[in-house]
Amino acid sequence: MATVERVLGKSIKRREDPRFITGRGTYVDDVKLPGTTWAAFVRSPHAHARIKKIDTAAALKHPGVVAIFTGKDMTGVNSLPCGWLLPELKVPPHMPLASDAARCVGDPVAIVIAESHDAAEDAAEKVKVTWEVLPAVSATDKATAKGSTQIHEVAPSNTAFTWQIGDAAAVETAFRGAARVVKKKIVNQRLVANPMEPRACLASYDRATGDLTLWVTSQNPHVHRLLMCAFVLGIPEHKVRVIAPDVGGAFGSKIFLYNEETICSWATKQIKRPVRWTSSRREAFLTDAHGRDHVTEAEMAFDAQGKIVGLRVKTIANMGAYLSTFAPAVPTYLYATLLNGVYTIPAIHAHVTGVFTNTTPVDAYRGAGRPEAAYLLERMIDAGAAALKLDPADIRKKNFIPKFENGFQTQVALNYDSGNYAAAFDKLLGMLDYKKFRSEQQAARKQGRLLGLGFSTYIEACSIAPSKVVGSLGAQAGLYESGKVRVHPTGGITVYTGSHSHGQGHETTFSQLVADELGVPMESVEIVHGDTGAIPFGMGTYGSRSGSVGGTALLMSLQKIKEKGKKIAAHLLEASPSDIEYTNGQFQVKGFPGKAVPFGQVALTAYVPHNYPAGLEPGLEETSFYDPSNFCFPFGAHACVVEIDRDTGQVKIVRYLAVDDVGNVMNPMIVDGMVHGGIAQGVGQALCEGAVYDDGQLVTGSMMDYALPKADMLPMYETDRTVTPTLVNPLGVKGAGETGTIAATPAVMNAVVDALAPLGVDHIETMPLTAGRVWTIMQSAKR
Amino acid sequence: MKLPVKMTINGQSYSHEVEPRLLLVHYIRELVGLTGTHVGCDTSQCGACTILMDGKAVKACNFFAVQCDGVKITTIEGLAKNGDLHPIQQGFWEKHGLQCGFCTPGMIMAAHQMLERYPKPSEEQIRHQLEGNLCRCTGYHNIVKAIQWAAEQMAGKK
Repeated sequence: MATVERVLGKSIKRREDPRFITGRGTYVDDVKLPGTTWAAFVRSPHAHARIKKIDTAAALKHPGVVAIFTGKDMTGVNSLPCGWLLPELKVPPHMPLASDAARCVGDPVAIVIAESHDAAEDAAEKVKVTWEVLPAVSATDKATAKGSTQIHEVAPSNTAFTWQIGDAAAVETAFRGAARVVKKKIVNQRLVANPMEPRACLASYDRATGDLTLWVTSQNPHVHRLLMCAFVLGIPEHKVRVIAPDVGGAFGSKIFLYNEETICSWATKQIKRPVRWTSSRREAFLTDAHGRDHVTEAEMAFDAQGKIVGLRVKTIANMGAYLSTFAPAVPTYLYATLLNGVYTIPAIHAHVTGVFTNTTPVDAYRGAGRPEAAYLLERMIDAGAAALKLDPADIRKKNFIPKFENGFQTQVALNYDSGNYAAAFDKLLGMLDYKKFRSEQQAARKQGRLLGLGFSTYIEACSIAPSKVVGSLGAQAGLYESGKVRVHPTGGITVYTGSHSHGQGHETTFSQLVADELGVPMESVEIVHGDTGAIPFGMGTYGSRSGSVGGTALLMSLQKIKEKGKKIAAHLLEASPSDIEYTNGQFQVKGFPGKAVPFGQVALTAYVPHNYPAGLEPGLEETSFYDPSNFCFPFGAHACVVEIDRDTGQVKIVRYLAVDDVGNVMNPMIVDGMVHGGIAQGVGQALCEGAVYDDGQLVTGSMMDYALPKADMLPMYETDRTVTPTLVNPLGVKGAGETGTIAATPAVMNAVVDALAPLGVDHIETMPLTAGRVWTIMQSAKR
Repeated sequence: MKLPVKMTINGQSYSHEVEPRLLLVHYIRELVGLTGTHVGCDTSQCGACTILMDGKAVKACNFFAVQCDGVKITTIEGLAKNGDLHPIQQGFWEKHGLQCGFCTPGMIMAAHQMLERYPKPSEEQIRHQLEGNLCRCTGYHNIVKAIQWAAEQMAGKK
């Protein structure tokens, strides 16, 4: 028998692409049901206002209106839940429709349902809300100030939580003995995820069966179902099917349970017709959970040789108007636990204050906490290098944690799996030709050109996450994954994964895994995801967890399939199961390739069990749940070369280089693609993106005002890899979805600071570095 | 008051009575039922709704349907001929020029006109010509490669 070609680890073209390149994908807004009604939401135009009265009389008379509901109509409906509870966290109610007060612009107060989209929008304009406008606060560092408006009764001083990690006394001691302490203010500005597909939902109640089907743009349909049923609507989970079909990007923003799908799911039952809502981009800016928004004071202490001796961090993290689903975890367990970075830091202490403001809620956005940590560390180590007059490459090498293969205990709770940070950095320096660059830079500076280089040597925690660990830290959920493998009688295979693809390409990578493991062609494998009606359970896709957690669950089921197959084959071959091995798509007696039965015959026998082992159940289908024993910790080294236009302040990226270590790689083409996209988002934060509030009004509320990176501001990326497999999971994969976003922002910022160093600039507090901002910095710094 | 509108889309003729305010993109998606043309914004920045109108790449959100009486439109669904992918479609597949796929139809239609204008585009030209199309997944790297690949294929066929 011919050897089946191995496909895992190869750049196989994506199986999902044919439908996308021909316009035949099925996104939520493409799903059409007969009798569907359209929803529009009446939203607060004020950042903070008491609702005195809602008058729907005129709107109800608008032609085509089917129903209008306000918060008072939604009796028996509870608050949207917060799924991560820190000690003493203040959890204010977050009703799907606000009925007492609106706490941010865009807060929904009524739903208008009509026969057409236009009728719903027109009637929504006729809903008269009488507001009593209240003072508002939107700035992160002003939320707790005396005299600021109080947003929630349960949260005095607008403080959601205070939280700390590390050893304050050890840091104090370290600082006292330090040769040099560098102190900087670091602002990690608010971002808007902006997946290209806006959020959407279609809720349909079946009055015959009492079942509800919800199509929703979700990264985790089971989580959506669980939160909505158990916490908000109080309906049984088994009567609800949530489908997240093709989803057009997410980057964290589609993890959370939002008001709109919850209200539509409730409303369809009231009117007994399907209810459909698709966010406009304008609504997306106001209602999709935002990301980042930290204001930090950081101090890093060094000895005379440039070794880090201590790190002290004080961060204020903006939660927005309400606690979104996983919001409290982001600036705590996903941020401060990463402050050890890739460096040996003997003493660390971080204090975080989470604050409420009259702004859109903030939650996980690609990287979620880890980019904020990496940005802080990489900015601080460069500031240290500048203060101590050390080369930024040398100071990093001096401080890297030495190579380790199985465990490194940090000062801030995490135990890294495996790492070789110097190797990735050395590879990067080689690609860059570092010495040559510095001499070119010297020459450029003599000509008055502003050429700069920035490094970023980062780590992230992904493969989220061991349930027991996150449970002890406040998560209200487990973070395992499920994988079911169904072998059909004719040998075809359907795989049901709890992971969800919204661009990651699971239909390809998981097929590669199955095909390789079973020695069958990829074409005979079908991947099903995003449907609670088909999949046992699923925690979904975020935190770079699909390959490592979802993939391992599948691997476990595949191993069970093979074990059962061996018993069936042994019976057919009149051998002992322990003498059977599975190779090249057939079960054979060890050492006797001639004594074998192909996979297909075993599958058929399992369903036509005429000649079958006694006591063995018919059928060939296995389900597994995998709960990881630890996070995985990808790492890497990025470099960015920029040149700044002296006259305009425009930053041009000349080169961008990345060496990432994500452990074993299932499909290099797909991993590279994710790295590229992540870099673009990280560059976006550094150079053009930023949500700006003015007195509670989002002034960057459209794509005209909020600048997303475009093709012409980015270079071809120069990427490479080192491979340090993890021992946490049997695939040795760590996770690749967020590395670029985490690494890129500090690389670009460090490059700009380096370019401006001849002008005396050693730090820039605020991003993004638009041409205007850079020009202003240059004018005030010029010497 | 509804107005009559007639147009040819992917070789098939359609006529409807529509509200004057109905955007062409919603006409294509909701009334004609071709959902490959996407809506990613409301300010004509994203380019996900790019189609070919009388041979020119335009954003379908920038027209009212009633303005388009008598035009010939090609959407992403009409690009492949007899089941053969257009080289640009093939290029996006070969070079991994898409991830979530939402911006892809608009990217492909924009690239279609780009390659008519610049059959051998430089990297800089490709990036500049994509000014009206946003992608949040790929960082544009592989989109540039996909268009370069298509340009080479199309040059070879001539």
